[in-house]
Amino acid sequence: MASISPDNHGLRLVTRYAVLTLVAVIFVFPLLFMVMSSLKPDTQLLNDTSSLRAFLPVGDISLDNYAAAFERAPIGAFVLNSVLITGATVLLTLLVCSLAAFSFVFLDWSGKAVIFSILLATLIIPYETIFIPLLLMASQLPWIGGDGFEIGWLNTYRVQIIPFIADGLTIFLFVQFFRDLPRELIEASRVEGASWWLIYRRIVMPLSGPVIATAAILKFLFMYNQYLWPLMVVQDESIRPVMVGLGYFTDQLNVPWGEVMAYLTLITVPVLAFYLSLQRVFISSVASTGVKG
Amino acid sequence: MASKLTRANRAGWLMAGPGVLLMATFIILPFFLAFAFSLTNQRLASPNPTEYVGFSNYSDLLGLAVFRLEPERDDAGEVLRDDDGVIEYPRLRNFTRNNDAYPHLDGKREWFSWQSGENRMVVLASDVVFIRALLNTFLFVIVVAPLQAACALGLALLINQKLRGISFYRAVYFMPVVVSIVVVSLLWKFIYSPGDGLLNNVLGFLTFGLFQPHDWLGDPGTALGSIMAMSIWQGVGFHMVIWLSGLQTISPTLYEAAEIEGASKRQTFRYVTWPGLRNTAVLILIVITMQAFALFAQVDVMTGGGPLDSTQVLVFQAVERGYGRQDISGGSAISVILFVVVLCISLIQRYLTREKT
Repeated sequence: MASISPDNHGLRLVTRYAVLTLVAVIFVFPLLFMVMSSLKPDTQLLNDTSSLRAFLPVGDISLDNYAAAFERAPIGAFVLNSVLITGATVLLTLLVCSLAAFSFVFLDWSGKAVIFSILLATLIIPYETIFIPLLLMASQLPWIGGDGFEIGWLNTYRVQIIPFIADGLTIFLFVQFFRDLPRELIEASRVEGASWWLIYRRIVMPLSGPVIATAAILKFLFMYNQYLWPLMVVQDESIRPVMVGLGYFTDQLNVPWGEVMAYLTLITVPVLAFYLSLQRVFISSVASTGVKG
Repeated sequence: MASKLTRANRAGWLMAGPGVLLMATFIILPFFLAFAFSLTNQRLASPNPTEYVGFSNYSDLLGLAVFRLEPERDDAGEVLRDDDGVIEYPRLRNFTRNNDAYPHLDGKREWFSWQSGENRMVVLASDVVFIRALLNTFLFVIVVAPLQAACALGLALLINQKLRGISFYRAVYFMPVVVSIVVVSLLWKFIYSPGDGLLNNVLGFLTFGLFQPHDWLGDPGTALGSIMAMSIWQGVGFHMVIWLSGLQTISPTLYEAAEIEGASKRQTFRYVTWPGLRNTAVLILIVITMQAFALFAQVDVMTGGGPLDSTQVLVFQAVERGYGRQDISGGSAISVILFVVVLCISLIQRYLTREKT
């Protein structure tokens, strides 16, 4: 019989865990270094890189870097802006894209097939290839707001939100999910005279928890981490999001690394905590983008 | 009939309308505008009316010419040499600046040259920096796409074991994916610091002091490579997860059959795992390629295109023109070039990895 002796088995198990842990170190230590560095004064920070102390909270530990970072930049405003922009976009995306997908899957209307295939085709357009013409559009689009009619979307919240509400991937994710829902359920409700809006709101959406979570997480990551677009369209610092706010620290002649690490930690740790508390959902969300193709 | 129940033109349009309208305005329209602007001299703000300029934006970017520079000769036809015996050539700018006899060289600059007998062959480009950006982008994609896909597959196989606590490791490997690339870039810029930087110290420690500190981002030879390594570190967890979902679609009965047949680990991978991953492989390569072509934040945060243009890339160039110099037409032309390249590569990848029937 080809049975493995217990010793051999144990050794192999140890090797496996050793390999797994070694790889984990590669992913964790740079982030650990970031958090630990944020707690140290610049002089100690640079000295510590020569030993394992770089990854440990030792020496002169304080929150001074955080205080200094708040002095240097309007961090509170940046965070608030990011929360507002990301939150608004995620909510609007969920509403607009799920409605569109609902219409594509359950309703029959003329032109549906053509429009759906055009929207799907947009999946191969990287955002980076449309940002330049979109920048010109944003500078000339009209808007009717509290101050009446005006031209130009630059330096506004709306220019950071509205272009990203509808996207092909989110619609596609909802379409795929809706297609697996039992059609009889919808048709039966139609027979009983329910309106489409009622069916969407009372039957379909309450069943769509998983896809809502997926779409929300993907949009959240995309929006919170946006950099290039806000860099181009927002010069007014009072409405800048966190990623662009980094310029406050890097445009210095001598980069205050302790403060930089404090700022990076501040804008990253909430996301990491969110991720770690929901990691299964996060990971399956990303995996679901791989179902297309 | 079901069709009667679901027939609803007005409701259908009303519900799909907002999404369709938004996508038409903010994705499809700018996509076509990029093509249109690239044929004009459109600027972000200009008092002059926009004019159609044909393909001149493209030739300003992609124009290339080869020129044979013949040595200076004296009256007897002998080649002139300087005191060290080096052949003397006329100055290149005599041909490239306002020389009516050489209209195709006008405004071009030397990209590189080589010696051919007495003559010097010079390759000139309309925009040397752009050509470098194009080549750097290709280099980035050619290295990162296969390497990242392979690393991700390795991690996926590692994570696909049935062990206690494996989901902890999976969560850890995925962690950098949720961290912004901007944050990661700045963090790694610090890690890559010359001299006493963390990476230099770690490498010195691992080689017992043999490793000499290196200026990773300051050396044109290693700057792009450093950005590649960091990009893989950040993105590999994403593709690991996609591989993993591909691995889990392979029927366990196939593995049981392989085990009964006495297949080795390598054979099992070659004949069971790999064929089952064909579609996943296509998808991953396309996704990584598209992401790699979009490279921007790393360059913007870490090197600004330098040193010596060694990290210039397409999107960075597009932004520098379209936003930096407010030249929407030039930026649009680069965007179109980028899109055409991405499209071609996805089509080629799809073709090469098609189902063989």
